[in-house]
Amino acid sequence: MSDHDYRPKSKVGQWFNDRLPLLTLANHLTDYPTPKNLNYWWTFGGILTFCLITQIVTGLTLAMHYIAHADMAFESVEHIMRDVNYGWLIRYIHANGASMFFLAVYIHIFRSLFYGSYKAPREIIWIIGIIIYLLMMAAAFMGYVLPWGQMSFWGATVITNLFSAIPLVGEGIVTWLWGGYSVDNPTLTRFFTLHYLIPFLILGLVVLHIWALHVPGNNNPVGIDVKKPSKDTVPFHPYIVIKDGFALLMFMIVFAFFVFYAPNILGHADNYIEANPMVTPAHIVPEWYLLPFYAILRSVPDKLLGVVAMLSAILILAVLPWLDTSKIRSAVFRPLYKQFYWILVADVLILGYVGAMPAEGLYLLIARVATAYYFLHFLVILPVLGFKEKTLPVPLSITEPVLGGSPNLAAARNKESKIE
Amino acid sequence: MSEKKTKRRDFLFTATTAVGAVGAAAVVWPMIDQMNPDASVKALASTEVDVSSLTPGNTLTVLWRGKPVFIRRRTQEEIDEARKVKMEDLIHPEKDEDRAKNPEWLVMLGVCTHLGCVPLNDKGDYNGWFCPCHGSHYDTSGRIRKGPAPWNMEVPKYEFVDANTIKIG
Repeated sequence: MSDHDYRPKSKVGQWFNDRLPLLTLANHLTDYPTPKNLNYWWTFGGILTFCLITQIVTGLTLAMHYIAHADMAFESVEHIMRDVNYGWLIRYIHANGASMFFLAVYIHIFRSLFYGSYKAPREIIWIIGIIIYLLMMAAAFMGYVLPWGQMSFWGATVITNLFSAIPLVGEGIVTWLWGGYSVDNPTLTRFFTLHYLIPFLILGLVVLHIWALHVPGNNNPVGIDVKKPSKDTVPFHPYIVIKDGFALLMFMIVFAFFVFYAPNILGHADNYIEANPMVTPAHIVPEWYLLPFYAILRSVPDKLLGVVAMLSAILILAVLPWLDTSKIRSAVFRPLYKQFYWILVADVLILGYVGAMPAEGLYLLIARVATAYYFLHFLVILPVLGFKEKTLPVPLSITEPVLGGSPNLAAARNKESKIE
Repeated sequence: MSEKKTKRRDFLFTATTAVGAVGAAAVVWPMIDQMNPDASVKALASTEVDVSSLTPGNTLTVLWRGKPVFIRRRTQEEIDEARKVKMEDLIHPEKDEDRAKNPEWLVMLGVCTHLGCVPLNDKGDYNGWFCPCHGSHYDTSGRIRKGPAPWNMEVPKYEFVDANTIKIG
């Protein structure tokens, strides 16, 4: 942040800016030097901001019609769908918006994993990101409870019961979370309150996430430090704004497809049956974006250890910057890591698939192998790889492999074209 | 820090912090405890059930404190099956005699001890209950035999008020 010597042109602007330097901030954001080789995988930060704002706006409007009471919640959601003007549209955007949010965040996370964006000096950005991801899961889970359908009720029962695995105090914690002896009206009202609160916590963390990003600046596909501003950077506006805008439009096409043509395909039919504490649906599955962790939970035959494994699978990401011992950021120059990266992607997709299947027979076996591999990747492969891997030579600047003059030209160009 | 100077100031500092911490805790506790079951929830402590219509081999499910309770009138076969199980074969060893004082009647919370789903009647590998969520199998005494659940289904406090009425709670 070296651009603080900005001075507005107009007198009024100067008068205002001397008292509250918002214009300096705006100028920093527009001029912010960005590596010029950012590819489309870098557009998901902007897309995620859009998703958060969409969820907040549609959520606020839904809250004007929704009634958080066990006897009325289900009906009020149907009321939104049938009676409220454009209620169906707002609710479908909100419900599918959650899925789109997770789709974007997974791409964002895996981009970071591929290009080593979590490594020094960007550990704090990464950790804030993991906290945002955890809060997103909490918000999504509580939001899913609000329609008070069968999946809402039983999802809430199963997830809150995870805490009962804690020795001694577990049962007490679960009763405290419920506000009773089962999931009931007190549970619903507090979940609504927290579901309303969390997006604003996320918003605050997003500000910190971006602030922390603007200190070292963006990582880039080559993964080397970039001098800024320099020939290797372009100002955020208009270059990145236009690129992000175009990617956002493409993303909105996918979003609109789900909202208008398949609004229920990501949901579960059982949630259109009102909550019934006497009958558990035959097959309980969480929303698709939680399935890999659900598979990890079910793959461990012990209750407490299953919960511990599931939580560890998420929390292990927070210490990733210290588990990955390699100094090279981008997988472009890490031939072995690149292969393990794709195996991890496949592993997570397999976990997601078996998470949706019944926990028995071959599915259970696959889930166990995939769970073991997940932890192996982070706890063994990554630390060892940093010492054993023979990395490719890294160019000295972003411009070098393009304009020539680098001894590593051939290698870099070869590798670059491979990713595309 | 030298010995001489750690006197009046340090005492005041420590005392202020300690009193402040107690005060903060006193304010935080009501905020936490308001989430615990309230008086109206606790008041719904017991429920009476008429079981006269229940024939052997059938289960009645009633709601008690928001949770389902299974009342099963067991057949002689089921009782025999439950009683001949060896203790060492059980994950959570409990005698059937202790779970069902009157062997014909098995009363227990219809809540899987894994993650709280309602198990299905007459299902599973042990002719008792099967939880569809994560595959726990219970026997004809409601004891966990296979799967991730750690304990047998809980037997609540109950009594026969008369020949046809069970009071739960």
